[in-house]
Amino acid sequence: MELTTIWFLLVAVLFTGYFILEGFDFGVGMLLPVLGRDDRERRVLINTIGPVWDGNEVWLITAGGAMFAAFPEWYATLFSGFYLPLLLILLALIARGVAFEYRHKRPEASWKRRWDAAIFVGSIVPAILWGVAFANILRGVPLDADHEYVGGLVDLLSPYALLGGATTAALFATHGAVFIALKTVGDIRQRAGALAVRLGVGTAVLAVTFLTWTLTIRASAAAVVFALGAALALLGALAAARVRREGWAFTGTAAAIALAVATLFAALFPNVLPSTLDAAGTLTATNAASTPYTLKIMTWVAVVFTPIVLAYQGWTYWVFRKRIGVAHIPQH
Amino acid sequence: MDALDVARWQFGVTTVYHFLFVPLTIGLSVLVAILQTLWHRTGNERYLKLTKFYGKLFLINFAMGVVTGIVQEFQFGMNWSDYSRFVGDIFGAPLAIEALVAFFLESTFIGLWIFGWDRLPKRLHLAAIWAAAIGTNLSAYFILAANSFMQNPVGYRINPESGRAELTDFVAVLTNKVALITFPHTLAGAFLVAGSLLVAVALWHLIRNRDSADTPAYRFAAKFGSWVTLISATAVVITGDIQGKIMTQVQPMKMAAAEGLYTTESPASFSVLTVGSLDGTRELFALKIPYLLSYLGTGDPNGTVQGINDLQAQYSAQYGAGSYTPIIPITYWSFRFMIAFGLAAAAIALLVLWTHRKGRTPTSRWLLRAGLVMPLLPLAANSFGWIFTEMGRQPWIVFGEMLTRDGVSRSVSLAEVLTSFTAFTLIYATLAVIELKLLLRYAKAGVPDVTPQPDTDDTDDAERPLAFAY
Ligand code: HDD
Ligand code: HEM
Ligand code: HEM
Repeated sequence: MELTTIWFLLVAVLFTGYFILEGFDFGVGMLLPVLGRDDRERRVLINTIGPVWDGNEVWLITAGGAMFAAFPEWYATLFSGFYLPLLLILLALIARGVAFEYRHKRPEASWKRRWDAAIFVGSIVPAILWGVAFANILRGVPLDADHEYVGGLVDLLSPYALLGGATTAALFATHGAVFIALKTVGDIRQRAGALAVRLGVGTAVLAVTFLTWTLTIRASAAAVVFALGAALALLGALAAARVRREGWAFTGTAAAIALAVATLFAALFPNVLPSTLDAAGTLTATNAASTPYTLKIMTWVAVVFTPIVLAYQGWTYWVFRKRIGVAHIPQH
Repeated sequence: MDALDVARWQFGVTTVYHFLFVPLTIGLSVLVAILQTLWHRTGNERYLKLTKFYGKLFLINFAMGVVTGIVQEFQFGMNWSDYSRFVGDIFGAPLAIEALVAFFLESTFIGLWIFGWDRLPKRLHLAAIWAAAIGTNLSAYFILAANSFMQNPVGYRINPESGRAELTDFVAVLTNKVALITFPHTLAGAFLVAGSLLVAVALWHLIRNRDSADTPAYRFAAKFGSWVTLISATAVVITGDIQGKIMTQVQPMKMAAAEGLYTTESPASFSVLTVGSLDGTRELFALKIPYLLSYLGTGDPNGTVQGINDLQAQYSAQYGAGSYTPIIPITYWSFRFMIAFGLAAAAIALLVLWTHRKGRTPTSRWLLRAGLVMPLLPLAANSFGWIFTEMGRQPWIVFGEMLTRDGVSRSVSLAEVLTSFTAFTLIYATLAVIELKLLLRYAKAGVPDVTPQPDTDDTDDAERPLAFAY
């Protein structure tokens, strides 16, 4: 396989990992005001992701770094072209990251309320905007022959892109609800399980519409298979959530996210950012790529370190595998 | 004012801001790991208290380092897309490796350390903080290697067809002589900050609250921090001296700008301070140390240091007409402030050690005041050092290869950069106030009580509250 193809796959894998992992972090954040009825319950929710959210976010940093190293033209065009949405994502991630750490550092209720709001907004904004961004990547954006973005903000807000945003937000919320049901005990667990089913139905409708629309824009055989797989995984997750098989439900939502991301990347390939104007403006895995030498070095680094990272991150999840409930929250 | 100016201001502000938290993360992670190791070795509760106490301050600071770092990572693509296109082949690799090798390590193991107090076996828990500390220090290496490429490009060629820089030798990029010396100098600067923080907080408790049961713990922290500060200050001077020589080789203009030396001189003297016209071209009064600049730049007290005018003429001939001179008052004063502020912290550390001699405990209010400003000094020194390094490289973004103005994103409008610059400034300013208040609050609270909780045995382990929770 060509190095550029390998790196296209690796970038896809990194974003998949990011959306699966930070997907439930975002979900937990979005559901904070819904499922957390008092301070202790909200602390339970936050502590389900406490030890892991930062490690999950590094998937994004790695995905960004890998794009920069392997496809500098893609990184440059995309990040400058989607300037304002990315700015909002950054502001959201800033507020949210600090909120986790600082929320419990003072006892006042008003202090906590503000950080709770930061967690909610900081989770829902990126959950929507990542969908908007990936829908635009797939549909293509106005690029001139120099691969410069020549559209405006409005060009990024087409109905299709907005549907993409709604889909990712709903998907992450469901994923988060399933995760909470898997990680908690008692009342919260019951409510999260019930909510997952209700959210899941809406999510399935959105996801099927979005993926079908996607395949009418751009498709490949693999993309169709992945899209079907995503739909099936989501339905399986719903069924498992209904009978409170939380482990299976979580596997289902994780698989649905993975397959949905796979659908987008499979439909996109070999393009990485199509131009809606001049065909010469289209960025592909070939014309956006770094030299073979750089790709080769990066491949070695990835081959050696990715398994190590997966091993210790996996181990972390195992260490913190226990469910928690209000009884585990210390008094202060 | 155009989009370029705002983009530069934004990069400068956000990076300097990021680097207010980074030195503490780098230094404190190791110092906390050492404290915890001491507790393991001796079983003395004093070290456990200090580990938990400084660990908390470390985490308050760490959160800010993380969230401001993400902005840095994105900003190259958002605001400097032509730069990213030009150097992506080379510059992206260290960034990606930094994330994969260092950030994962540090973020994962910090999570394990924070929440693992009662979950992990003691030795493993200790290993977690060390892994995080190693990850943090490693991350500094990769980012500095990337930055060093901008100061002294190596291991590349320019592709004549695409006009882009292409990597030819990755080992050369990682062993760039600028990177090899920048790394220890920056680490030393970071430990100077961390040592100073230890001292400042300990002094506050020692002087305000004499004869408390925790006095021995604070005495230890004050002395330990002072030693760290002094050793780092020595390291910063030694590495800084070497760095001066390398800088003179690879960017002679920066050395000339550091002194405001317009004409080539041998030997050249170093001015401690100068009162002159604002652009530095006319000198009214100067306090000079003969031979020092020659020594700093070349290692030979009689060595030749090239002047700005000669270099400007040389570069104009080489690269085409234009100004190749950085803003002299900024380079001149930032260089001096870096040195002065850093050494002032070291002087205070000496004083602190003196007041602790032979079992004494300091009582002086003056020392307390000095101690409280102490961490701000090396923090400022670090900022000035970076302002010197980055402004002294101007007008180049990649020295000799690309001008800063050619690296900016063409598709980002003035309105957009203004929006982001305003948004970052506002959120950063707000967070600075919040973080500072929290740090003070937890610093004042003092070392925690570590008497073990009534030990519920393993049977109802599942119901035991977490030792640490958000
Ligand atoms: C506490 C902080 C601190 C202190 C006391 C010093 N430095 Fe420094 N210096 C830094 C912190 C720093 C820094 C912020 O970390 C920089 C910015 C870039 C770098 O490599 O380190 C820096 C840069 C820097 C550079 C520019 C390198 C370049 O652009 O290539 C030189 C030549 C020196 N330093 C030299 C010195 C000397 C001779 C010092 C004392 C006698 C000194 N520094 C004290
Ligand atoms: C953390 C320490 C650093 C600080 C405090 C710092 C500071 C600055 C400052 C003040 C500027 C503005 C210069 C100007 O406006 O003319 C600047 C420019 C720049 N720096 Fe750094 N820098 C740091 C590290 C780095 C590193 C590690 C990199 C690369 C990996 C980097 C890349 C850049 C770039 C791309 C610019 C372009 C903008 C410009 O020159 O105006 N900086 N930096
Ligand atoms: C302008 C270039 C820089 C970029 C692109 C950058 C990138 C980042 C990113 C993405 C993070 C967050 C990591 C996380 O989520 O865990 C971070 C944090 C950090 N960075 Fe920077 N950084 C820059 C400058 C520097 C410099 C010059 C140093 C050290 C000399 C440094 C050292 C650190 C450290 C120690 C942290 C602490 C928090 C952490 O790693 O999680 N950074 N940086």
